[in-house]
Amino acid sequence: MNAPDTLSRWTRPGSSRVPFWAYTAPQLYREELQKIFYGPHWCYVGLEIEVPNPGDFRLTWVGERQVIMVRDRFGDKGIRVVENRCAHRGVRFCQQPHGNARSWTCPYHQWTYKLDGELAGLPFKNGVKDGEQVNGGMPADFDVKQHGLTQLRVAVLHGLVFATFSDSVEPLEDYLGPQILPWLERIFRGRQLTLLGYNRQRIPGNWKLMMENIKDPYHPGLLHTWFVTFGLWRADQKSRMVLDDAGRHAVMISRRNDGGENKAVTQGVTSFKANMTLADPRILDVVPEPWWKVPDPSKPGAEIMPSVTMVTLFPSLIIQQQVNSLSTRHIVPRGEGEFDFVWTHFGFADDSEEMQRRRLRQANLFGPAGFVSADDGEVIAFSQDGFRQWGEEGETLCELGGTGTGGTEHMVTETLIRSMYAYWRKVMGV
Amino acid sequence: MKEELLLQLEIDQLNARYAAVLDERRFDEWPEFFLPEGRYQVQARENFDRGLPLALIAMESQGMMKDRVYGITQTIFHGPYYTRHVLSPAQLLAQDGGRIRAQAHYAVFRTRPGDASEVYNVGRYVDEIERTPQGLRFASRLCVYDSEMVLNSLIYPI
Repeated sequence: MNAPDTLSRWTRPGSSRVPFWAYTAPQLYREELQKIFYGPHWCYVGLEIEVPNPGDFRLTWVGERQVIMVRDRFGDKGIRVVENRCAHRGVRFCQQPHGNARSWTCPYHQWTYKLDGELAGLPFKNGVKDGEQVNGGMPADFDVKQHGLTQLRVAVLHGLVFATFSDSVEPLEDYLGPQILPWLERIFRGRQLTLLGYNRQRIPGNWKLMMENIKDPYHPGLLHTWFVTFGLWRADQKSRMVLDDAGRHAVMISRRNDGGENKAVTQGVTSFKANMTLADPRILDVVPEPWWKVPDPSKPGAEIMPSVTMVTLFPSLIIQQQVNSLSTRHIVPRGEGEFDFVWTHFGFADDSEEMQRRRLRQANLFGPAGFVSADDGEVIAFSQDGFRQWGEEGETLCELGGTGTGGTEHMVTETLIRSMYAYWRKVMGV
Repeated sequence: MKEELLLQLEIDQLNARYAAVLDERRFDEWPEFFLPEGRYQVQARENFDRGLPLALIAMESQGMMKDRVYGITQTIFHGPYYTRHVLSPAQLLAQDGGRIRAQAHYAVFRTRPGDASEVYNVGRYVDEIERTPQGLRFASRLCVYDSEMVLNSLIYPI
C-alpha cells in the first residue's frame, strides 16, 4: 500500500497566503531538497578568496550534502566542487574544514581521487598474487572513470562561487537575470576581496523563513530599534524592490536618512527610541564609498546611490551591503525545522586600515549577536513555533501592498515574499 | 611564589565577581570591570586560530559596552534566558610592568523559561589586566569560543 499523501494542496489562488505545512511538512522538505537544492538551481558554495592557492580547499554545503570547494593544481587551476562522499562505500572522507590537498584519499580503503574528483587508484584493484594465482581484485570490466566523486558544475561570478548537481540548469548569469546582475556587479566586479572572518549560527526554523526575512522590507523599521532610530532602514526612505523575471531572486535597495522623529513611521512604534544616543558612536561611523553610486539600471541617464542593498539569490544566498558592512550569508538547511546560517564578512584589498576597522565595528550590528540581526534569528524561531503549535491548516498572511507580485519603488510591501512563493509553487508543483 | 599565589587568588576573585554580575543579570555593572578604553571581544575560535579579525562582538570602550547593555536590556528583541558561568582557575601567563596576562576556561549554560539547561558557549578568556586604585580592571578580555555554532543568538555578554 502506498503511504497516504500527507501533503495538503495549496487551496487559494496566488501566493499571498502561505500554508503552515510549507514550513513544517517533513516529506515536502525532502522534495524541496531534490527539486530545489539538488535540482536545476545554482547554489552558493563560497568565495573565490577562500581558496586562493592551488590545492586550497574548504568544506561547504549544497542543501544537506557536504561538498568540497577546491582550487585545482592542474589545467586552468580553476575551482572544482566535488561531493564529500567516497564512491566506494559512501564515506564522508574529508574531515578537515579547510586546508591544502594534493589529492583525496578515503581513510577506509585508501581509494584515491584527483582534486577534481576523478578516481586515481585503489588498492588491490588487480588482486593480490599468491604464488601462481591472483586472489580477488576488481572485476575485469571495472572502469575507474565510472567511479569518481560526484563532480558538480561550477560557475564563478566576480569571485562568488556557485555549484549545481544539475545538468540542465541554464548558465549562472541567465539564472540570475539582467535585473539582478547590476547589483552584484556594483559590489563585486573588478574588486579583490579580503576575508574578514566567519560567524555561524543554528536557527530553529524552516530555511525559507530566512529568505523571507530578507525579502521583507516591512519588518526592519519595526523590529530593529537601530534601523528605525538611526535611519538605517525605515519606511520613509527612498527605496526600490527589484526582482528577476522568475520572481525567485530579489534586491531590496534603500538609502539611509537622518532617522529621528517622523510620526508617519515612528508614532506608536515601540522599537523607536526618540532619545537614544550612543555613548560611543564609532559603531555608526558611516563613510560613503565611491562605488555606492552607480548608473541607475532602471533609469537610463540617472545615477543612484543606495546605502543598503540586500540581495537574495534563491535558494540559499543572501548578500548584504548595509552601509560599510559587507557579508555573504549562506543558508544550510537541516531538516524542515532547522538551518545553519553562515556569515562570511569581507572587505576589499584596497581598503585603508581605517575602513577595515570601520567594517569590523559595524559588524556589531549583524550576525548572531548583532544589535540588528540577533532579532531576526529569534523571530524566525518563534514563527516556526507558531506554525508547529497550530498545525498544517494555518497560513501566514502576506498582503501588504496587495496580493500581486512584481517590483515597487517603495518598501511598504510584501511583494518579494509573494513573488518567491509564486515561483516556489511552480517548482514544487503544489 | 607567595606573591604569585596571591595574584592568582585575586584574579580568580575578579572572575568570580564577573560571572556573578552576568548570571545575576546586574548588566549595568559589567562595563565597570573594564578600563575606560578597555576592549571586549567574543570571537569564534575558527577566526582566532586563522588570524581572521572578525569577532561576534567587538567593543572598544566602556562606552560601547554601555551601548551593548542598553541593547540587551532595551532594544534587541529576544527570548529571555538565564546564563550560568562555570569558570576554571586562572592561569597566569605573564606580568610585565603593570600589565598582567592571564587566561581561564569557561562553560556557559543557557536556561530558557520552561526549558532544560543546555550547553551554550564554551571557550576561554584571554585577558590583559591592569591594577588600578579601584582594583583589577580588564584592559582587554577576549572570549575565544570553541562552539562551532551559536545556538541561534547570543545576547548577553559572556
